[in-house]
Amino acid sequence: MTVTHDGGTHDAGAGSAASAASGNAGVRGWSPQRMWSVAGAVVLVACVWGFYAWDGAQTTAVLGGTVRAATLLVLGAMCGMIGERSGIVNIGIEGQFLMSAFTAFTVASMSGSLFLGVVAGVSTGLAMGWMLAAMSVGLRTDQIIAGTVLNIAALGLTSFFYDRGRSLGQPKYQSIELGPLADLPVVGTALFNRPPLTYLALVLVVVLHVLLLRSVWGMRTTAIGEHPGAAATVGIDVIRLRYWNVTLAGGLAGLGGAYLALESVGTFTRAMSGGRGFLALAVMIFGRRTPLGAYAAALFFGFTTALQGQFQLNDTFDIPAQFVGMLPFVVTIIVVAAAGLFGRMRDPAALGQPYEVR
Amino acid sequence: MAASTAAVAETQPEVLLAGHGITKHFGSVVANDDVSVELRPGRILALLGENGAGKSTLVNVLFGLHRPDAGQVVIADEQVELSSPHDAIARGVGMVHQHFQLVPPMSVVRNIVLGAEPRKLGMIDVAQARRRVLELADRFGLHVDPDAAVEDLPVGAQQRVEILKALYRDARVLIADEPTAVLTPQETDHLLDVLRGLTDQGVGIVFITHKLREVMAAADDIVVLREGKVVGTTTPAETSEAALAELMVGRAVDLHGDRFESGATGVGSAAPVEIAPDDPAPVPETTSAEDSGQPVVLDIAGLCADDDRGQRAVDELTLAVRAGEIVGVAGVEGNGQRELVEAITGLRHATAGNVSISDRDASGARPRQVTVIGVGHIPEDRAKHGLIGSYSVADNSVLNRYFKRPFAAGGMLRRDRIDSHARDVVATFDVRTPDVESPADSLSGGNKQKLIVGREFSDEIDLLIAAQPTRGIDIGAIEFIWRRIRERRDEGTAVLLVSAELDEVLALSDRVAVMYEGRIVATVDPRTATREEIGLLMAGAAAGVGS
Repeated sequence: MTVTHDGGTHDAGAGSAASAASGNAGVRGWSPQRMWSVAGAVVLVACVWGFYAWDGAQTTAVLGGTVRAATLLVLGAMCGMIGERSGIVNIGIEGQFLMSAFTAFTVASMSGSLFLGVVAGVSTGLAMGWMLAAMSVGLRTDQIIAGTVLNIAALGLTSFFYDRGRSLGQPKYQSIELGPLADLPVVGTALFNRPPLTYLALVLVVVLHVLLLRSVWGMRTTAIGEHPGAAATVGIDVIRLRYWNVTLAGGLAGLGGAYLALESVGTFTRAMSGGRGFLALAVMIFGRRTPLGAYAAALFFGFTTALQGQFQLNDTFDIPAQFVGMLPFVVTIIVVAAAGLFGRMRDPAALGQPYEVR
Repeated sequence: MAASTAAVAETQPEVLLAGHGITKHFGSVVANDDVSVELRPGRILALLGENGAGKSTLVNVLFGLHRPDAGQVVIADEQVELSSPHDAIARGVGMVHQHFQLVPPMSVVRNIVLGAEPRKLGMIDVAQARRRVLELADRFGLHVDPDAAVEDLPVGAQQRVEILKALYRDARVLIADEPTAVLTPQETDHLLDVLRGLTDQGVGIVFITHKLREVMAAADDIVVLREGKVVGTTTPAETSEAALAELMVGRAVDLHGDRFESGATGVGSAAPVEIAPDDPAPVPETTSAEDSGQPVVLDIAGLCADDDRGQRAVDELTLAVRAGEIVGVAGVEGNGQRELVEAITGLRHATAGNVSISDRDASGARPRQVTVIGVGHIPEDRAKHGLIGSYSVADNSVLNRYFKRPFAAGGMLRRDRIDSHARDVVATFDVRTPDVESPADSLSGGNKQKLIVGREFSDEIDLLIAAQPTRGIDIGAIEFIWRRIRERRDEGTAVLLVSAELDEVLALSDRVAVMYEGRIVATVDPRTATREEIGLLMAGAAAGVGS
């Protein structure tokens, strides 16, 4: 495996993200974009298979790391997209992750129950979602400022109450094998031998995808993000629905925080969310504000993270750790810039605009 | 739905919708003062009035958007208290909004059922929704592709979606707020037919407009509002366009053929304009400049420009305007007029072609260069491109040349010169403002527009580009601005007029260029072409008259 090879797989990853996103646009014609996406997906699968044949253990490790990193990102991205589809920008996901990770860890540590920790994390996410809603929907504060408030508050509070001596006092969430599925080659371990919150996140991705695109709730959510005035004239309570959506979406970020502390890492450290709440926004946009699209994008970003980790572990390549550590971020910049050049997606028309009842 | 209509026919109420003694204040402004109107089944009630006369306030009260300070709303013979539009909708009142209340990226079916979706287990029952929409469309002759995204539909079709949306909610009353403002003459005729068809099925319609022709053509009853009061209740059979105009404005105006000839010559005159003697065929005062051999001032050749979405909006357009003539660009909005004006004035990048102004190449010129060449620009969007609302009237009066002598010297503004210039503009152009230090935002629409016209006219210009110069302003100001544009033309300025109001184009122009999908498809003589011919050209029929 050489660095040049990686370049190839990155492009393929980008293609598959676009493919998942365009999948719901309809299946009538094969647009050039779709052709490229499918071609990209095929190349990606071929590459993964090739690497698996070449070095099964390392490939499995990278794929596992990909799914692990993607889970957090997709939870944050789904939180962001529910808000944005409703017309509310949420740049406070980072703070929601961090605060929830803190409460999840603290409660789990004190109660001795991981489940109670998850409940605490989700509740914290909901509470922070409600705070964002209260500021940006209720008080019509600038949404960027409201999100920044969450981020700063979370960083300050969790650092202040951080207790260096505290430990989880029990193992973090362990993998559960899903019977024979876990024995599948290539993806078996990566997808079907994972801890519980990863499965939960996968289910949420599919459920939310269907709900957003097919349900009455999803349609009304789109309406209040595109044209709240039109939604109001047909009797939809824009303020109320925005409140609910932003609050409930916070629960997803809260789950992300719990996942981070109790399943991915197994402890809490200062500022442990490490910018991934912002990366989740990139994932959301790259996934065209659909859960499946976001998951594809999250896998791609997760892949760069996993690759970086793998590079640092083995000594096949003599690249300084600092450069390897940059990989996810450099790739993010390149990919987001490239995605901007190709099919740019339109934002919801009323995104960022407070709605005022006449 | 069919069942409910049958019920309508059996238990037809005497009065579908009425307001009795409606009074509504906004702060110290009385928007509606003891207004009473009544709509009966199967009739079209036209609410006529100038901007600010209180039409919108009245229908907002009837639709539950505003609560009246005094007076009662009656729906279907029953006195009601409306706390939100939802209450009105539930009682069978539907609104066709002037700015369509549609979600652009969503499909027609989804837009129609939004808020009252047929559902199955929380999911939208798409099949049922589609079937019901098609049934309705069929029954009322409102044909539209149910699966198209609303943003891909022409304006006329979007309006049909808006009407279907109300009918889907079993509306027995339709309130249509300036429904013809964005339509071609043909689309307007079609709309009036559709509304007529609805009344045949027992629906009552409240039709808000300031276009006299439509009122005379479509209304059964007419209520004229002025300054928040009902100043006349009549029917088309009992009145005339001239009488309605007089009621609307409160004084006599010359409305013959919708053309204001410059009867008054006094500068800055706000005195009543006399009714011109019945002029059988008013013609522009000067003959076409093409015959006169005047020099070409604006010469556009093969101009191309894209719209904001990157689609080609101006498509190899060629047009010349000579000194001393007004060339009016007629067209349905969205056919590239805005992009054309922006490309000429340097506000938009032209992708191809040439623009020359007074024999100087102005292709790719920046807005200031265009100004300095000698171009006056009355922009389409007053608030965005015409004025800086928070700046004073004085500052706004020199926006186009604050950087030049005598208004600036050595990089510093000279307040005294600017203020005295502003006082001149205010006096000459009849801008009603307490003083020149007031912010431009405090002026009414008509006065803002007069300020812009005054600014653009107070310098030497060879070319005037006037985009929608009278949009949304009252008849008095329209009259004034039209007269000033004609005076400029008579002094030898070349004028390019772009307007969505066909009446305005016909009234002012010496030549009419019809624009369709980014091209000039025909140039016609306004003295001989009929509205119908021009309307067909505007709708894309390349055949017919042309030169």
